[in-house]
Amino acid sequence: MSETKVESGKITEYMGKRVYDFMRWRKLAAAISILLVLASIGVLAAKGLKFGLDFTGGTQVEVGFEVTPFINDVRTQLEDAGYKGATVVNYGSDNELMIKLPPEVTEEVTQISATNQEATTPIGNKVVEVLHAGSDGNVTLRRVEMVGPQVGAELRDDGGLGMLVALALVMLYVTLRFQYKFSIGAVTALAHDVIIVLGFFALLGLDFDLTVLAAVLAVIGYSLNDTIVVADRIRENFRKVRKADPEEIINISISQTLGRTFMTSFTTLLVLWALQFFGGELIHNFSLALIVGVVVGTYSSIYVAANVLMALHISKEDLMPAVKEGAELEEMP
Amino acid sequence: MNRYPIWKYFLILAVVAFGLIYAAPNLYKPDPAVQISGQSSAMVMDESVLTKARKALDDAGIQHFGGEVGDKAILIRLDSIDQQLPAKRAIQEALGHSDYVVALNLASTTPKWLSDIGASPMKLGLDLAGGVHFLMEVDTNTIVKTNMEGYAQDVKTKLRAAKARYRSVDLVDDREIVARFRNDELRSLALSTMRKEFPQLQLSESGSGENLEIRATLSEQEIKQLEDYAVSQNLTTLRNRVNELGVAEPIVQRQGRNRIVVELPGVQDTAEAKRIIGKTANLEYRMEASPDELVTNKEYFEYRGERQQQMYGGAWLERKIIIKGDSVTNARVGYDESGLPQVNITLDSRGGELMHRATWKNVGRRMGTLFIETRFTPQTKMDAEGNQVTEQVKTEDKKIISLATVQSALGKQFRVTGLDSPAEAQELALLLRAGALAAPMYFVEERVIGPSLGADNIKVGVQSVQIGLLAVIICMLISYRLFGLAANLALGVNLILLVAVMSILGATLTLPGIAGIVLTVGMAVDANVLIFSRIREELRNGMPPQSAISAGFDNAYSTIVDANITTLIVAVILYAIGSGPVQGFAVTLSIGILTSMFSAIMGTRAIINLFYGGRRVQKLWI
Repeated sequence: MSETKVESGKITEYMGKRVYDFMRWRKLAAAISILLVLASIGVLAAKGLKFGLDFTGGTQVEVGFEVTPFINDVRTQLEDAGYKGATVVNYGSDNELMIKLPPEVTEEVTQISATNQEATTPIGNKVVEVLHAGSDGNVTLRRVEMVGPQVGAELRDDGGLGMLVALALVMLYVTLRFQYKFSIGAVTALAHDVIIVLGFFALLGLDFDLTVLAAVLAVIGYSLNDTIVVADRIRENFRKVRKADPEEIINISISQTLGRTFMTSFTTLLVLWALQFFGGELIHNFSLALIVGVVVGTYSSIYVAANVLMALHISKEDLMPAVKEGAELEEMP
Repeated sequence: MNRYPIWKYFLILAVVAFGLIYAAPNLYKPDPAVQISGQSSAMVMDESVLTKARKALDDAGIQHFGGEVGDKAILIRLDSIDQQLPAKRAIQEALGHSDYVVALNLASTTPKWLSDIGASPMKLGLDLAGGVHFLMEVDTNTIVKTNMEGYAQDVKTKLRAAKARYRSVDLVDDREIVARFRNDELRSLALSTMRKEFPQLQLSESGSGENLEIRATLSEQEIKQLEDYAVSQNLTTLRNRVNELGVAEPIVQRQGRNRIVVELPGVQDTAEAKRIIGKTANLEYRMEASPDELVTNKEYFEYRGERQQQMYGGAWLERKIIIKGDSVTNARVGYDESGLPQVNITLDSRGGELMHRATWKNVGRRMGTLFIETRFTPQTKMDAEGNQVTEQVKTEDKKIISLATVQSALGKQFRVTGLDSPAEAQELALLLRAGALAAPMYFVEERVIGPSLGADNIKVGVQSVQIGLLAVIICMLISYRLFGLAANLALGVNLILLVAVMSILGATLTLPGIAGIVLTVGMAVDANVLIFSRIREELRNGMPPQSAISAGFDNAYSTIVDANITTLIVAVILYAIGSGPVQGFAVTLSIGILTSMFSAIMGTRAIINLFYGGRRVQKLWI
């Protein structure tokens, strides 16, 4: 059995497996990727991310009821009064409730006043008015508090820093294990994925909170996993396959790993769907970010990383096992 | 071919058994419970209290069982979590508010043999267990002010000694000492004296005519040092206080220049927690005033303990403060030669010096320790423009916790004897340590997650793990048949190991942590998918089944390691820079990666080997 099957100058089958000519569309793919990334950056610049309570701060209101309230009723009353996204929990005893309001509700009311403490009092009173109307007994405002926005700013900086450090270390590892061209490819793919996920969140105006930040960082991990698997195969084939140019080798490698790429993406998507539909409101955005990330990551491991390798003119020589450094030095006197 | 030596099977079985045992405690759901403890540690918790509490629950018609009398607290288990608050209220009313603290708690149901070998359930994070998060700001202005007051006193003393007669020495804006002089000669003399005696003060001259001034301030750096000291001192104190008051697994950390984060997972009664932490206390040591002392130089205080107050009434103490609580570095209970309880106190060197100076000529007199509680209560007022303004109003409450005769000149280390019981000694030691707050604090941020929300989060988390797992299992079975089954078994082992390792490490499970587990489930099969597709490939290339299995595992190995190590790098960075939820996610992800490498490579191989190994195989069921 011959190793390769060639049709009109192109390898169409390798080791009994069909080879798809992925790289034929590489220019188009590059154009799409660049367009998507630019569009994402554009949306991010124009609309910005809608940061969640973790990053922006918000208001908390503690109220006491004379007549024990039903938490669900209170939630509905608040929703009806326009306080969207309020969370209501028991506080201390079942006659006391803690109501947390997201920042945009706080902002609406606080725009007029200058300082935080002045600002929080009116909104607390309003909440009490609303709840008083819906309760049989008296409702008292016990305390109003803001979650400090500076805490959020720190978290944001840390998150951004983390992403950069992660990218740098990954680049280093890939350079050591593979070759610098691969590390440029891998990091380009990661940046591509992260920017598109962020752009997606900015476009739809979804809350970007700490869990979404974790998801974005997980996308880095996932996408990297995918890219490494493809890169590993490319390296192997450069050493193994004779009589093939880099483009063909990349095609062969992607074709060989295609089944695995789809299978893993699919199982991961399965659990993410489970998280999204059954995981509750709190991790809804987390799973959404990951779903987008996994889809984009799968695409980028096929097209972005390999594309960069082509652009950098990866060659057999780049991947030949390096002559052990120091071997010569040892012989020197 | 494809046979594992018998020891490898034993190793795998041993690991799985180990995992099962250490994961097991998580299956035992803790009972909702109420916990009763005394307001002071001198209170004895015994059967009689338990009986009263039980009766209160019976009267209120609340189902309960298993009352346990512990060292410091009584635990009564309840049937349902909804009854915790009513139960708490019923017991508190029956026992009275003044002597007993009734708190909500969760009682572990882990069997004894499991806890004996160190197996315990995973800790639940704030988002799952409910709990509180406080951010407290240290009032650093106060410590600067106290320091400047001290300097003002010292400046007066030194100037008098140097015969540099001043018109007045005042503290302005709590930050600046202004000394006034009649003429230039006196001011020059004062200036050189102050330069020599107080090198840490920045001096400047101002004023004219008969009103010549010297202004003294602390440098920015000096102030920052004071603040740093105050914050770290408060941090230590807060840690002690939270620990000694028996709150489970707290987090107390400094944040930024003058803030402290306190996180108390599992604390369900947030108001109570706030009371414990917010109790801002300080200490003062003063000599007892002699009876003929002028009223302007002495102050009357009551005892903190009710029994002492009844026996002795209050006492007059001098206004002059010898040292404050921030000089106390340690206070421990000990016993003297005849076995009577005492409290051994250690001061810092400056405190020791001051204490020595104050006591060496006062042997035979009594010295009192004052416990000062500072409370910040928000009060809403109208300002000049008719707007409502919330202010933190400070109130101080000073009481005597100990009044003891000075037996000899005291130094850095001394002891308080004449205590009635070990419990009283314990209480005094706790107060002395907890009292050592360098500056008052108040709450600037507060986050609360109620138990009901926590329970909801656990439910949805577990549900999504189950559904995700099921979907992946079916998918793997359809795709890889027998090999899929092996991968599924390995996946199960992976989950067990993941939970076991997290339990052993004492990692905290959060909702993002659960998401990490779900993601691990999705990604853990990746290793198997890599191996299996490699085996298929080799089969397609015409390799015989047995060699294909072997080649598949071997060739996929380095890819799996590379892919996992890079993901691990990301997870570790996530942990290092992230906070709270991000860290929870990173922990589960990293542990998941490690356990999945074991189960997906070794575990799956073992099952495949067991099935196909050493046989003639025509066709693989893959």
